[in-house]
Amino acid sequence: MSASPKIRVATTWLDGCSGCHMSFLDMDERLIELIQQVDIVYSPLVDAKTLPDHLDVGILEGSISSEEDLEKALEFRRHCRILVSLGDCAVNGNVPAMRNHFKLADVINRAYRDNVTLQPQIPSRGVPALLSVVKPVHGVVGVDVFVPGCPPSADAIWYVLSELIAGRRPDPSSVTRFGA
Amino acid sequence: MNLDDLAELAEQFRAADPVVEREVRVCVAASCQSSGASPVFDALVASLGDGKPACKVKGVGCMGLCSAGPLVSVADKDGDLEGSVLYRDVAPEDAEDIVASLDGPPLERLRCATDHPFFARQQKIVLEHAGIIDPNSFKGYVAVGGYAALIQALSEMTPTDVLREVTASGLRGRGGGGYPTGLKWSTVAKMPGAQKYVICNADEGDPGAFMDRAILESDPHRVLEGMAIAAYAIGASKAYVYIRAEYPLAVERLQTAIRKAKRAGFLGNKIGDTQFSLEVEIRLGAGAFVCGEETALMASIEGLRGQPRPRPPYPAESGLWGHPTLINNVETFANIAPIIREGGEWFASIGTENSKGTKVFALAGTIANTGLIEVPMGTSLRDIIESIGGGIPGGKSFKAVQTGGPSGGCIPEQHLDIAVDYDSLKTLGTMMGSGGMIVMDESSCMVDVARYFMEFCMTESCGKCIPCRTGTQQMHAILDKLAKAQATSADLALLEELCEVVQSTSLCGLGQTAPNPVLSTLRYFRDEYEMKLGGG
Amino acid sequence: MPPPANQPNIRVVTLNIDGQDLSAREDETIIEVCRENQIPIPSLCYLEGLSVWGACRLCLVELAGQNRLLAACSTRVAEGMRIQTNTERLQRYRRTIVELLFAERNHVCSVCVSNGHCELQWLAQRCGVDHVRVPYRQASYQVDSSHEMFRLDHDRCVLCTRCVRVCDEIEGAHTWDVMGRGSDCRVITDMAQPWGDSETCTSCGKCVQVCPTGALVKQGTSVGEMVKDQHFLPILARRRHTI
Repeated sequence: MSASPKIRVATTWLDGCSGCHMSFLDMDERLIELIQQVDIVYSPLVDAKTLPDHLDVGILEGSISSEEDLEKALEFRRHCRILVSLGDCAVNGNVPAMRNHFKLADVINRAYRDNVTLQPQIPSRGVPALLSVVKPVHGVVGVDVFVPGCPPSADAIWYVLSELIAGRRPDPSSVTRFGA
Repeated sequence: MNLDDLAELAEQFRAADPVVEREVRVCVAASCQSSGASPVFDALVASLGDGKPACKVKGVGCMGLCSAGPLVSVADKDGDLEGSVLYRDVAPEDAEDIVASLDGPPLERLRCATDHPFFARQQKIVLEHAGIIDPNSFKGYVAVGGYAALIQALSEMTPTDVLREVTASGLRGRGGGGYPTGLKWSTVAKMPGAQKYVICNADEGDPGAFMDRAILESDPHRVLEGMAIAAYAIGASKAYVYIRAEYPLAVERLQTAIRKAKRAGFLGNKIGDTQFSLEVEIRLGAGAFVCGEETALMASIEGLRGQPRPRPPYPAESGLWGHPTLINNVETFANIAPIIREGGEWFASIGTENSKGTKVFALAGTIANTGLIEVPMGTSLRDIIESIGGGIPGGKSFKAVQTGGPSGGCIPEQHLDIAVDYDSLKTLGTMMGSGGMIVMDESSCMVDVARYFMEFCMTESCGKCIPCRTGTQQMHAILDKLAKAQATSADLALLEELCEVVQSTSLCGLGQTAPNPVLSTLRYFRDEYEMKLGGG
Repeated sequence: MPPPANQPNIRVVTLNIDGQDLSAREDETIIEVCRENQIPIPSLCYLEGLSVWGACRLCLVELAGQNRLLAACSTRVAEGMRIQTNTERLQRYRRTIVELLFAERNHVCSVCVSNGHCELQWLAQRCGVDHVRVPYRQASYQVDSSHEMFRLDHDRCVLCTRCVRVCDEIEGAHTWDVMGRGSDCRVITDMAQPWGDSETCTSCGKCVQVCPTGALVKQGTSVGEMVKDQHFLPILARRRHTI
């Protein structure tokens, strides 16, 4: 086991399907190898409730669709040395961004009024407000590494993390692509 | 027909109206018409009545000082503009007074000095007949020596002689690129093939440019004569004038000119009783700026979608329907007759080392004397703007002059002393273009200027190649953000990168030059861009 | 592709591409020589068997001694040419052009029937486009499903006009054309009528096969199922031009 300190990693999902995190888990037994080199200090996969300071790598899945997504992205950018956009939603907006063709009010009406038969109402408490335009993560904060794919394969994620652990800048286009 | 026959004919035309000694010339080109020249013309005709047989009211072409229109000049029958009495801002009510003054001293209240630098500093070759002859009169053109160059070429010169004179003149294409005209003609002449074409590009589309329109509206036969000489030199028997439909007056005058020239035997079959024949046909553009690009123009003439194709092959090798084709701009053709008449050497004695002759410029924007001027190549920008143009009105100070339209750039104060020619403008990051000059004062925002031209290119992109189609759009979006103070320095960096990509990779001139207004304003007015940076 | 040579005066020239000395017939274009010699040049509008269009600008190459770039598809080879096909500058331009394309319309690869079989997707990967720096335009485009066998999705169209050319030059129907200007350009059938109402369309499907993306597809295909086959084209083109 390496004597160097473990790399501190945080992940979260924004507007996405969490499939990229599932793909992350698909690394299977390699997870054990990974966990010897990284500390996952904050993630939907672990229990921490607040994002610690001074992280090495932040991994964002999903696009920026709501106020909360925006805040999280900004927070990750502040706290992480290297920010990774994981998956097509984070990289190019993907499916969540398909609502950009429509006005936000029309989208909300469609979901909460037109298609609801019983007591249609628009939720206002406990849910973050939607932004009028869905953007990829780099549309709101600077991003260092882009890992396209829907979802990126476990191999691709493994490659990217291994490179980052080794202190190199990965070139994900050799292992994944849009829609992969 | 030889030159003597033509001279006799000209003499006949001049003597046709022996009683007329003085002419009241009313500008009937588009600019003065739009400020009300037609009612002035009618009022003058009515006021003159039959009372003064020695005087005649005549519609003429552009006298240049469009901002003072409607313009009326009173001149001796063979007199030029400088020797005439010029009246400005004439209204129909002034007609009586003007007619009354014909026998006495000039009417001082409307008088416009013709010894002003605006007139005195010009040298007219292309526009030598503009404002003097009636553009609808074939006889009027012949009477001032028109078609003599064509008859001279046909009766006394071989095509090779013509090519030699044009090459010796050093004339370069006036449409913008500045390609040597003689070289272009020789190339087409040398191409094998029985069928060749001549095309006159009158699809003038730059914002603020109206040189070609004025030439066609003022002296259409002059352009036809140049085209006929070109056709003779290269061996073509068919010619097209591609003119935009937005110039109805020019189209009408050109049609009249073609009809009359044909009837008189200066176009059509066996011109001047020689074996040379030339059919000239007008094709109207439907409003696409890109059709001023030669390959798009040819596609449009062929009835196809007006969009460019890769060059080579150049039109000289494979043009209209695959045949060798010569394309020149209106002003280029208008320079040909004097070159043949006076010789290439004479023409080459005017202008600078690499840019010969004169250039017609359209002065527009915030400048005292808006209008059309013709000056020798090498005249300084300062002379053009401050002396001829009369400087900036309203006590404001000069900021920049935009040359070359959407393909050109802005020149700031510190470079005003440059001698205008093809090469000097290029070193400043702009280009000659077709000759539009838009003057801007201190109140103009250069980011807005760049945005305006980018919007023009974006909406005029034909959509064929990706960099121009989508690149202009992205650049416009960034410029829009900048203008609204919402852009970041990263946006500005991206803008500069897009400029490089669009410039280097676009298919045709429209795309390749679309970034120029941005690049030139960035070069001279970067601080204005940086001041606009906001958005954190 | 030029018609099969029967010209007696065609000479053979030698040129250098990316350091390799190659010979070529002087009526060949740079891209043809590159394809023959397995030198990869990205392209989108070029397709062997169709006329040269010169619009995608991805096949631009550098010629020694000249600052202006040349489109490999529309430039004939010449004796002694020294060509570079993959310099840092070209890579940068290609990346930007592909990004511009992705931002222009709505290429959502993950839900596209051509996912995994799309030339634009491959190009993005090959050119190293892992994200798009320019903002997406977010314009809305229609889908035309009126044809019983095929479907047109303007969102996926890159305006390469392969469909227009194959329909005109190979099938001879000229059902397709382009209307509009700039980014408002779109491919149309007949006089911008629904494809299903077209009186000229022979339903041959060549347009679908040559389409590089998921813009023209077969009805009834789901994500990733639309696999295209373009092998017919050079053969048909050859036959057509020899008649």
